[in-house]
Amino acid sequence: MSWIIAAPLLLPLAAGALALLAPRLGLMPRWISLGASVLHLMFSVILAEQVLREGVVATHMGGWLAPVGIVLVADIFSILMLVAVSGVGLAVSLYALADIDRRKESVGWFALYQILMAGATGAFLTGDLFNLYVWFEVMLIASFGLIVIGGRRAQIDAGVKYVALNVVATLSFLTAIGLIHGVAGTLTLAELPERLVGADPTTVTAVSLLLFGALAAKAALFPVFFWLPAVYHTPATSVTAIFAAIMTKAGIYAIIRVFTLVFPDGAAWEVLYPIAIATMVAGVIGAAAQTEVHRILSFHIVSQIGYIALGLAIATPLALMGAIVYLIHNIVVKANLILIAGIARRRMGTDALGATSGLYATAPILSALFVIAAMAMAGIPPFSGFWGKLALTQASLSAADWAAIAAILGVGLFTLFSMTKIWIKGWLPRTDEGTPRQLPVQASRALMAPVVALTVVTLGIGLAPETLLQIADRASAQLLDPSAYQAAVLGDQLSYQTAILGHPL
Amino acid sequence: MEWKFALLAGVLTSVGIYMLLGRHMLSLVFGLSLLGSAANLVVFAGGRVRDGAAPLIPIGFSAPPEAIANPLPQALVLTAIVIGFGIAAFALALSVAAYHRLGTADPETMTDAEGQTP
Repeated sequence: MSWIIAAPLLLPLAAGALALLAPRLGLMPRWISLGASVLHLMFSVILAEQVLREGVVATHMGGWLAPVGIVLVADIFSILMLVAVSGVGLAVSLYALADIDRRKESVGWFALYQILMAGATGAFLTGDLFNLYVWFEVMLIASFGLIVIGGRRAQIDAGVKYVALNVVATLSFLTAIGLIHGVAGTLTLAELPERLVGADPTTVTAVSLLLFGALAAKAALFPVFFWLPAVYHTPATSVTAIFAAIMTKAGIYAIIRVFTLVFPDGAAWEVLYPIAIATMVAGVIGAAAQTEVHRILSFHIVSQIGYIALGLAIATPLALMGAIVYLIHNIVVKANLILIAGIARRRMGTDALGATSGLYATAPILSALFVIAAMAMAGIPPFSGFWGKLALTQASLSAADWAAIAAILGVGLFTLFSMTKIWIKGWLPRTDEGTPRQLPVQASRALMAPVVALTVVTLGIGLAPETLLQIADRASAQLLDPSAYQAAVLGDQLSYQTAILGHPL
Repeated sequence: MEWKFALLAGVLTSVGIYMLLGRHMLSLVFGLSLLGSAANLVVFAGGRVRDGAAPLIPIGFSAPPEAIANPLPQALVLTAIVIGFGIAAFALALSVAAYHRLGTADPETMTDAEGQTP
């Protein structure tokens, strides 16, 4: 049993529990959270290093081998997600030191934050469909708390909508799992493809579409994305940033995982393509109508999930590689942009466009960081968003898919328009009203450090993309040919059954 | 046997969706709970419903000697019930908070997160 794969999962769970007890032990939850985030990133990198060196790592929890027991699996796609999310997780827990006040801390903000990280880690590492549902629930319940802590009227209102829509999606997910178990008799992802071979195709189609619908709502794909822009602008900036990096990304991760492995062809693939393009377009058009920075950025999360879904829908190795590169880039840049917008809102007291102008004159460094992140998000070379888009465009070109190319470039242009709108109305001096507040030095350091760190990562991906492109290429190959994944999970299955039962099942 | 479960799950889903569309927070919370019960029944019935034998393996055997009830869906449903209970508790607390903070229990009139603040 390899503990190295369980460590990134157990650590935030333990830290969450400790952070809940911390006030009684005389400890500060914020420092527990920061320490846990440092270790989480470290463990994730160690695991990533092992997976890149040795191939897929799998561990059977409790010594029960798959398909009987629950298996944790780390392939290259999982560890890319894990490292990106734990890196952003560390940045946000540093930011939260200044962003989250004592009152929010005392009602368990940092405990919920760590549990959210545990849920995401579990979702990336599990090799079992029901276990995936459980980790989504862990994330969901932690996110409920994070949205409403603070108790502003808008937060409560957003909480009601978030709970209602997400619970419906979750229950569809659970129903689909029950039906899949009924059809296949197993829930181990690696074993499902062969068990579904002889199944009634009508049932498989129905079940796969139900599952796709549920995960699409989690990933905020068109037309089930409305919960996201209604909610993401209401809680503290730290919450919006970590949600942007984790929640929808875990949804699209699950779609990529399940539909490349379990349902490699079928009806869901046919609807995915138009849905992806509709998501891209709906997101930017929604953003164009907004006049507050946090709201604009929330709509762009939707649009960018569309890019990733489009890469999956085209489904060539190059397109999938592009989707993965774009996904990793987006986790970093989106969180960074939201953190920057949070500093701007903190300094101006509002984030309504037009009321925040003049930041460029008083905060030149922050302005430069904003421009880098905004250009990266719009996909302007040489910043990080460019490479994912380039791979996606090349993949659509070789498939002579003009609609996809038009969508990629057109939506990119609209994104640039949104970023320019924020820059001109939000940062350049236009009116005299509103003078930026100077933040206390210590708070300003805790807020700026993570932004600088994430910007360095963005620049790193943009200027030296070879490493990420190569790793994403391997990840894409592994997804399209899951034999290594299946062998790692089920490799010793026959010998196990023979040992216990005296014969294979 | 399964058809009874299917029928009941269908009825629970219909009633759940109807209540979900109601204009009161409590109706919404109960609707979500009913949908949860329907999902649990589907998971349970998906594992095949069988009378009789408990899923126990006698001492000295490494596999059950005759057909037994499938224990896996029971474990899955148990997990899902616990999660559903937690969500229902949170949703109820949220309803109370909404009623106190927003002064209404009608989700339709809750618009604080929607309007653009100047």
